[in-house]
Formats: sequence, structure tokens, C-alpha cells
Amino acid sequence: MIGLPFVYAVAGALFAVYAGLAAFDRRWGNAALWGLVAISFLLGDRLGDIGNGVLVLAIVAIAGTGLARAGRPRAGAEAPRGNAIFLPVLIVPVVALVGTFAARWWPGWADPKQATLVCLAIGVLIALAAAVAWLRPRPATPFREGLRLMDSVGWAALLPQMLASLGAIFALSGVGTVVGGLVGGLIPDGSLIGATIAYGLGMALFTIVMGNAFAAFPVMMAAVGLPLLIHQHHGDPAIVCAIGMLSGFCGTLLTPMAANFNIVPAVLLELKDRNGVIRAQAPTALPLLLVNILLIWWLAFPR
Amino acid sequence: MLVLSGIAVIILGFLLRFNPLLVVAASALVTGLAAGLNPVAILAAFGHAFNETRYVTIIWIILPVIGLLERFGLQERARAVVAGFGRATAGRLLIVYLLFRQLTAAIGLTSLAGPAPTVRPLVAPMAEALAERQAGGLDEATRERVKALAAATDNVGLFFGEDIFLAVGSILLMKGLLQQFGIVLEPSQLSVWAIPSAITAFLIHGFRLWWLDRRLARGTAA
Repeated sequence: MIGLPFVYAVAGALFAVYAGLAAFDRRWGNAALWGLVAISFLLGDRLGDIGNGVLVLAIVAIAGTGLARAGRPRAGAEAPRGNAIFLPVLIVPVVALVGTFAARWWPGWADPKQATLVCLAIGVLIALAAAVAWLRPRPATPFREGLRLMDSVGWAALLPQMLASLGAIFALSGVGTVVGGLVGGLIPDGSLIGATIAYGLGMALFTIVMGNAFAAFPVMMAAVGLPLLIHQHHGDPAIVCAIGMLSGFCGTLLTPMAANFNIVPAVLLELKDRNGVIRAQAPTALPLLLVNILLIWWLAFPR
Repeated sequence: MLVLSGIAVIILGFLLRFNPLLVVAASALVTGLAAGLNPVAILAAFGHAFNETRYVTIIWIILPVIGLLERFGLQERARAVVAGFGRATAGRLLIVYLLFRQLTAAIGLTSLAGPAPTVRPLVAPMAEALAERQAGGLDEATRERVKALAAATDNVGLFFGEDIFLAVGSILLMKGLLQQFGIVLEPSQLSVWAIPSAITAFLIHGFRLWWLDRRLARGTAA
């Protein structure tokens, strides 16, 4: 059965190639950074918790102090091809899609919980093989070009994983309970609109802090949603939950902590303003948050 | 209260533009210490979580494919294709993409698109090329803004489409949590209430994209 170990082996091998190519260019900072990522993917499960902790510190030391530099600009382009150039791009989502359904219909060959990731990796391998067979580049070219993009993304590639790990430390330290208690304490006694605003706004604010509505949701439900909106004011639990979560998603649009949605695209699109995507989203997120809070207030409570 | 000092570290670090990886590591240390954990325990907990969450970094394996195709003119091709659509505009293109992203996410196809597989190689260069044609050349600030809006459109479409699908993570999280509180609901009872917000998101963001066209036409999109 194909599962996460296969996906991690593919990723680890790729980062090891990047490390080798960067070392060949004598860009030692980049070589060390991608080498450490390769070790994490290939050996992470054997290092133990403290070993992985040390690995993270080494990654932070190299990436965080600017030892890894952005790559060179694109070397001379090849002769452009026709519209068929779009086909290999489509292979990845199509394989991911078909594979995910196939894993459901014919179980056994892929780990059902990780089917999408497994199929994504297989899709990338097929797309790469097809593009190489068609375009016939030199063997190192795909990896050279991949390294060029990877180097331009740099530390931002690891930020989502770092923030997810910070979330684990926050959970261990009880940050959520403290924030939930603070929000709960701000509500005037017995006020329905006050409780609704505190719940919706609290979902968004806590999501801004944690970068993830999934972390905010259990806390805000326990602090405000369940005791006040559902029990005291008899709100419909389905509406309180569903639209509350979407209020949190408005917060996701507003925070650098949601790195893979807001920081990584800015880096990938080579924006000068790292917060440019957040700035472009704020005028959508803020009115939408207001509407979500009003929707809870209108729809969830018996009149 | 003391455990919130880690959040202060984050806010301060991002405001002062320290490297975010350093900021996150510092915040983890401060939060852990404030909660009374010893430094080795914090290191182990962070290392454990880092190892468990490697899957979020998997998306980068697509870069060799994108990089190779870019070398053979993928972005230029994307620009040329939209130039052939006579009445296309940046705003209209992004509205269509918003709808596509919301609808596909709503039937569970969340991994069909995203910043690395579609926005950088296809959507952003297309929107840029169209905006260029509309405004008759773009200044740097407008170019940035159009690219940022392309990424924003991807996010808005994904976020306010995916909760309509029954088996998405957040729906299962809500169902599970409510069950702990003794309230039993079917996923469909939750997902149906994502529809009003999804429609509102389309209207608000779609209006902003329509507005982008107007400003591009007047040459004042910045």
C-alpha cells in the first residue's frame, strides 16, 4: 500500500538533488538548507523528537540568518511551444483527482487517509516524465529550474510547517483557553447581539493570531458558542458552527500566520510587498466578516 | 495570561520584519517557558510537531514541472492565449476563476488549483497581460496589485467554496466537536449553511474585480 512514506521519499530525494546542485554551484547556504530538509523528509521518523528539534534549529539558523540566498534569474529560454505546453500542468490535478476517487472505489493500493497526497506525488512524477519525454531537455534542466524556483521561495517554503508546529506549542501551553476566557469575559451579561459579535469577531481575531480557524473553533465554541449562543439563547447549533467557522476563514485572509495562503503566494509571485496578498484580501474579508456575524444573528435564533 | 507573551513576540517580530522563521522559533520558546515547560521539553515538542506536519511542505515537489515548462514558455503562452480573447478583461477573467474555484471546491476538488500549480504559471500572467491591454501599459504598483488580486481570488474561492462539501476537514471537525458536547448533526446539516456566505463572498469579491476593470479603464487602478 502506498502511503506517506512513499511521498516523503519522493520529496526527500528531490530536496537532496537540490542540495547537490546548489553545492555544485558553491552556494553552501542553500545546499545546507535543502540538505537539512532532505534529511527531515528521509530520516525524520528515526531522529527522535529531540533530534528533530535540533534539525529545526539548524534550519532556522541557516534560513533565518540569510545564509541561503535567492537563486539566479532564469537562464535563456528555449524555443516556445504551442498551447500543448498547458497539458503537463493539467496532468497533476487530473491524476490527483482521479487517483483520489480511485482510492475510494478500489481500496487497498493507497493509504485512504493520505490518498490525495499520494496521488499528488504520483501526478507530479507522471507530469515530469511526460514533459521530459516531450520537450527533451537536458537531464538536469527540470531540477535546475526547480531549484531556481525553490531558491526564490527560500525560507517561506518552511514557514507553514513552522507555524503548524508553533500551534502545537500553543496548544500544549494552553494559549487557547486563556484567549477564550478573555473573549468570554468581554460580553455584557445576557446580550444576544453582544455574544454574537464576540463569537464572530473572536473567531476572526483568534484565527488571525493562530493562523488557522481550526485552532480557533474549539476554543471559541467552548468559551462563547456553546454556553451563550446555543444554551442560553437557544441558537441553532448547525448555523452557529457553520457560519462561525466561516467567520474564522475571514480572519485567515488577514494574517501572515496563514503563511501558505498569504505569504507563500506573495513570494511565489515575486511581489515586493510581502503582505500584498493580505492587503488585496482585506477589503473582501472585512465586509464578509460583518455579513457572517449578521447572518448568525438573523438565521440562528428563534424569533 | 503570561502564555500570551508568545503572541506579543509574533506581532512584534512581524512588525519589525525580523525573519519569520526566527520569530516563530522565539515565540515557541517564550510561550513554552511562560507555561513552565523546560527548554528541552519545548525543543522535543517542537521537533515532534515539525516531523508530524511535513506533509504541508509536500506541495513544493511540483516546482520541477512548473520550472521546466516555464523555461519552454509557459507564462508567455498564457499571456498570448488571453490576448486572443477579444472581450476578456482582467476583472472578468478573475471573476470566472473565482467561480471555478468556488464550484470545484464545493464538490471537494480543493487540490485542483492553488498558488504553485495554477496562479503563478497561468492565472497571474493572464490577468497581468489583460490589465496591460486595458490600461495601455501598467505601472509597477498596479502590476503588483493585479498579481496580488489573482492570489487573493484563489484564496477567497477556495475558502468560501470548500465548506459546502460534506467531507472537508472543517465540517468533520465541527461534527466531532458538537458530538462531544452531546449534539448530533449530519454533515449535510452543517454544509448547507455555508451557502449564504459563499454567495456573499462571490458578490463582494466579484464586485471588487468588476471595480478593478473600471479603474484599469480609467488608468487609475493603484
